[in-house]
Amino acid sequence: MTINETQDEIIEEFALFDDWADKYEYIIDLGKKLKGLPEEQKTEDNIIKGCQSRVWLNAKLENGKLIFEADSEAVIVKGLVNMLIRVLSAHTPQEIAQADLYFIDRIGMSQHLAQTRSNGLASMVKQMKNYAIAYQLKA
Amino acid sequence: MILTDTLDIQKIRADFPILDQEINGRKLVYFDNAATTQKPQQVIDVITHYYQHDNANIHRGIHTLAERATRDFEASREAIRAFLGASSIEEIIFTSGTTQGINLVASTFGRKFIQAGDEIIISGLEHHSNIVPWQMLCEEKGCILKVIPVNDLGELDLEAYQQLLSEKVKLVSVNHVSNSLGTINPVAEIIRLAHGVGAKVLIDGAQATSHLNIDVQALDVDFYVFSAHKLYGPTGIGALYGKKALLEAMPPYMGGGEMIKEVSFEKTTYNDLPYKFEAGTPNIADVVAMKTALEYTQNIGRERIAAYEDELLQYATAQLSTIEGLRIVGQAAQKVSVVSFVIEGIHHQDIGVLLDNQGIAVRTGHHCTQPLMKRFGLLGTSRASFAMYNTLEEIDRLVAGLQRVKKMLS
Repeated sequence: MTINETQDEIIEEFALFDDWADKYEYIIDLGKKLKGLPEEQKTEDNIIKGCQSRVWLNAKLENGKLIFEADSEAVIVKGLVNMLIRVLSAHTPQEIAQADLYFIDRIGMSQHLAQTRSNGLASMVKQMKNYAIAYQLKA
Repeated sequence: MILTDTLDIQKIRADFPILDQEINGRKLVYFDNAATTQKPQQVIDVITHYYQHDNANIHRGIHTLAERATRDFEASREAIRAFLGASSIEEIIFTSGTTQGINLVASTFGRKFIQAGDEIIISGLEHHSNIVPWQMLCEEKGCILKVIPVNDLGELDLEAYQQLLSEKVKLVSVNHVSNSLGTINPVAEIIRLAHGVGAKVLIDGAQATSHLNIDVQALDVDFYVFSAHKLYGPTGIGALYGKKALLEAMPPYMGGGEMIKEVSFEKTTYNDLPYKFEAGTPNIADVVAMKTALEYTQNIGRERIAAYEDELLQYATAQLSTIEGLRIVGQAAQKVSVVSFVIEGIHHQDIGVLLDNQGIAVRTGHHCTQPLMKRFGLLGTSRASFAMYNTLEEIDRLVAGLQRVKKMLS
């Protein structure tokens, strides 16, 4: 599935929710389902700056595809990062670097991109793209 | 409940237009008053009126507008003098807020009177703005920072404080009220003890002025700093009180216009107090509106406000305590209307996001007091802080909101 196909799929899923509570319960559920990271990978190097909760992001290249793993102390952040991983992980660094993440706005989560929310969704997106750009240059 | 007899809350609320709105489809509940209070229409009107009718640069203009602006600006200084119980307007310096007040004292008093090996005492309850300026000074001068420890209730350990006091201590700088926990510190006692070893005392009054009456002469405090925006006034304006003899002995803070008497390329002489510390065109409109904010609380009655806020605190403490897994952080005997809490197994950020979706504004995080959070083994808390326009019904909304948060996350 392409990045945009996954985004469209998420938009369709969110279209089913009537109110904020349904939406957040779904995100909380995604947060609980995120595999997370082993303690030894929750390092200072992997921390994403600019979040009110600590968020750790790890990236590795497998067969030309970039694989993301992440964890956080806050469940909603974990849910949001779970969606980002679903959209971006297992694509080539080039695809990730060029991705236009329109789904965030379409599912009504764009307020989480605002700096004041400091829950770091913007920082997560930026860090994932930075990994992609770095791996592109390495390749 | 006798609350409705104490204050006419609906009348007060009507003065705060911002409160009358919906957030995420629910009526706004604003419980982030320790970060900044909302502004009554009277304050907003004064700012507008100033720019519509009176705006001019102050002090040296000969025309009518300059005279009007100067009169209102200086009337505000007099109002602040009276509010703090200071003896003279020369002791009232306008600043951009508490942070600048502390930095001013660190940069002027600190540079001149604190030397290598001297000691400065702060407390474990301090906001970063009352930690970092002293660390910067200590780095520059080689002085030593000592910290009064905090007990499990969130109160300062006065015995430990007395152990820290010696002739080496040149300054004690503590907050009147803790922003994170709401603890009211025994500042009169802290000042008395400091003076016993010849140390000067700065009190950070940022969280105190909206709740407590201040009398700098009764306290015998050397410096007292606060911000207007936590007291129903505008942002970007505050005041520093300093004892006249100290302010006179201190060098100026910033160089520029207004703070000079005569300037030549060979030598500049400085202006008299308070202007010596007020370089540049000040924030005139907000200074003028600061007086209106003070008068607003005085007209309602500061004791009545304090009594009502205390009832809000008692009610919130009791109601929040009914939530299973919720623990109130900071249970000092003397508190203002601030409740900091954690809920077992739930990150404060999740609480903040899910309350906001229910229209309830609280603050979550470390509240710019990372050392204090570390003292309690926490990364942060959720903090509900109440002002005179808050109601018991709103506290009920918070409790119900938190129950819902718990359910959603369970």
